Amino acid sequence: MTLADLKPGIDAHITLVNSEAEGVLRLMVLGLVEGTPVRFRHAAIGGDPIEIEVMGASLSVRREQARQFTVEVDHE
Amino acid sequence: MNNPAPVSVPLEQVNIRRKPRARVAVIGVPNSGKSTLFNRLTGLRQTTGNFPGVTVERSLGVCQLEGTALELEDLPGIYCLSGHSTDERIAVDALLGRLPGEQRPDGLLVVIAATHLYQGLYLLEQLLELQTPTLVALTMTDAALAEGITIDTEALSERLGGVPVCSVATTLGQGVDALKAQLATLADLAPPELPASWPAFSRSAQEVADASDGQLARLDVIQGLLHPGDEEARRLASFADERDLEVRHRTLFGDQPPRAQEARERYTWSRETVQAVTERAPVVKRWGARLAAFINRPWPATALFFITLVLVFQAVFSWATPLMDAIDDATGALGAWTLAAVGDNAVGSFLADGVIAGVGSVIIFLPQILILFLFIIVLEDTGYLARAAFLMDRGMRKVGLSGLSVIPMLSSFACAVPSIMAARTIPDRKDRFATILASPFMTCSARLPVYALLIAAFVPASSVGWFNLQGLVLFGLYLLGILGGLMTALLIKKTALRGPKPLFSLALPEFRRPNLQTVLIKLWARVRVFLKRAGTIIFAVAVVVWALAYFPRMDVADFQPSTDSTLSEENQLAAAQLEQSYLGRAGKQIEPIFRPLGWDWKISSAVIAGFPAREVVVAIMGTLYAVGPEADEESLAGRLKAAAWPDGSPIFTLPMVLGLMVFYAWCLQCAATVAVIRRETNSWRWPVFAWTYMSVVAYLGALLVFQVGSRL
Repeated sequence: MTLADLKPGIDAHITLVNSEAEGVLRLMVLGLVEGTPVRFRHAAIGGDPIEIEVMGASLSVRREQARQFTVEVDHE
Repeated sequence: MNNPAPVSVPLEQVNIRRKPRARVAVIGVPNSGKSTLFNRLTGLRQTTGNFPGVTVERSLGVCQLEGTALELEDLPGIYCLSGHSTDERIAVDALLGRLPGEQRPDGLLVVIAATHLYQGLYLLEQLLELQTPTLVALTMTDAALAEGITIDTEALSERLGGVPVCSVATTLGQGVDALKAQLATLADLAPPELPASWPAFSRSAQEVADASDGQLARLDVIQGLLHPGDEEARRLASFADERDLEVRHRTLFGDQPPRAQEARERYTWSRETVQAVTERAPVVKRWGARLAAFINRPWPATALFFITLVLVFQAVFSWATPLMDAIDDATGALGAWTLAAVGDNAVGSFLADGVIAGVGSVIIFLPQILILFLFIIVLEDTGYLARAAFLMDRGMRKVGLSGLSVIPMLSSFACAVPSIMAARTIPDRKDRFATILASPFMTCSARLPVYALLIAAFVPASSVGWFNLQGLVLFGLYLLGILGGLMTALLIKKTALRGPKPLFSLALPEFRRPNLQTVLIKLWARVRVFLKRAGTIIFAVAVVVWALAYFPRMDVADFQPSTDSTLSEENQLAAAQLEQSYLGRAGKQIEPIFRPLGWDWKISSAVIAGFPAREVVVAIMGTLYAVGPEADEESLAGRLKAAAWPDGSPIFTLPMVLGLMVFYAWCLQCAATVAVIRRETNSWRWPVFAWTYMSVVAYLGALLVFQVGSRL
């Protein structure tokens, strides 16, 4: 499952980042690295880009880049 | 008391303005409240200038402290020390002392928003590698508290190896005094301990530096290790042992890009630190927070955006009217009084028709421009423009750009000059240039005077449903500008600036209440620019145009008034005088070029004279129609309606007016914009292209509208 497949309101965390893919380094510098908790907020009209919440901050990410982040849903 | 005893005042109570003793850089991630804090610390004693070597604006201010003073510098916001956009590079160069003729700052004031501690700490950890005395200002603690977040500043300071952390609620001003007390001693602090987030890297950099016999500073080593392939890496390789570097690369980064590894290491530390120093209390979301969450959702946000735009145009017309009427009456009275006091001679005409009518016709639009700027500055300050970038990314992709271009293009509604500079935040050069070329199409505040004049004169003030027809026409003109800009971006991205499709990632600030002081400072800066233009360039053009229209004087004895004209003898004389003036003669020469657009020589000369600054056009119309046959009408709008061809048919027909507005919407009549494009693209090619292209498009647009409109 990747960051692009998350449903609204579900907590998850990143398990693997494909750092070689285009545009991914820029997102890593914004804090999207392995272990980071993420939550999908909503998508823009038309479904892309998506807005995700990372440690209290909101980031806008295009789906193409979001697919480079593998995530695991937190079970509680 | 006749003879008051001398009062002695303790020295520390005397308010002395001291010269700054040290230079402190104010640095933080974008939207950390950095500029608000900077404004608070420096008050209104700020100067703006350019960074040496590049024409990027910098803000400097003096912060007066007890017993000392510091020079503070507000640097552009950055997330890390490896940014690629022009803005980010400038901030990094200033921090690393790479600007020509400048040293590294004596101290760093790192601004971190309590709501964005995670990213703030990442930047801070990189900054601690600089080994410069550092102080952390933790801002927006009030906003964090509203979300139930409290941060233990003492625990945080301890994890930072003793770097002082001051918590401030910038909007309320709490904690500012404590921060100032810390600032006073900042330059004397010992350099901070090495950052704890990636000790293996910090140690490795130090070892390489130590082994280079003073050839390499720690910083050079860090930059060289993190940026393989760059100039810095080549420098590093020339002074350090190749085998040793290879081993270090392998142990530090493995097979990963160095900066990706840095993000992993430092952000892991940052996450653990945030969790350790943050306390979360469950909060019931307040009404305001719920509302903010609602309007951040895509559909409500988009709807709100369009409602705001329509509201702005309504406000520009209805709120400004009383003030504009007052200014109009005042300039009219001043002109009449001047003419009466000085007499109807060259000097009187110069003052009344040239200076007062010319400059006054521009000043009258100050209330409208004020309202427009107020809306745009508030939109910027609430963080709403970044939200617009997110919402419109998909649409912008269709014209080959990304959401990043939305912010400069929207602020072009105020003025294209700062927004062309704001395009620096776009990392890709081709996308940045395409945005720069599209921005001058957006309806800037200087276009407002001509629109307002023509709309007030030729569009009835009737209402269409809920809306005022005049406001709707203005909205249509804004759409016309947007259309021109987007089509241009599309064309240029398909041809000269063809490139890979742009990337888009952006931190979205939470919706926040605008700060009054920040808004007022920005508003005043814009008003000052407007008044300065009115006092210099517009004044100069108005004077030149008046002189060209006044001289040479005709011999009154040669004048034969026609008896079958409805005009008074005096006005016939004025018209004949104007036609044989230098301007009249030149105007007749160029009239054939603009005749297909339905323009007479007066409009044609006004438009030509408006190329240095477009708001001049109204000033010149004010001057030309003040001395002509229409002078009997009270207002300029009335005079335009009365203007007629020799056969008596009106010049300002609806197709002609619409065509004129189209011309005005698309033409690049602004020397300041041409100059800023030259500066930002570092070549004459782009400004010359933009000017020529926009002139041709504007002419063809006006031609089409007039010719088709006249045949309907």
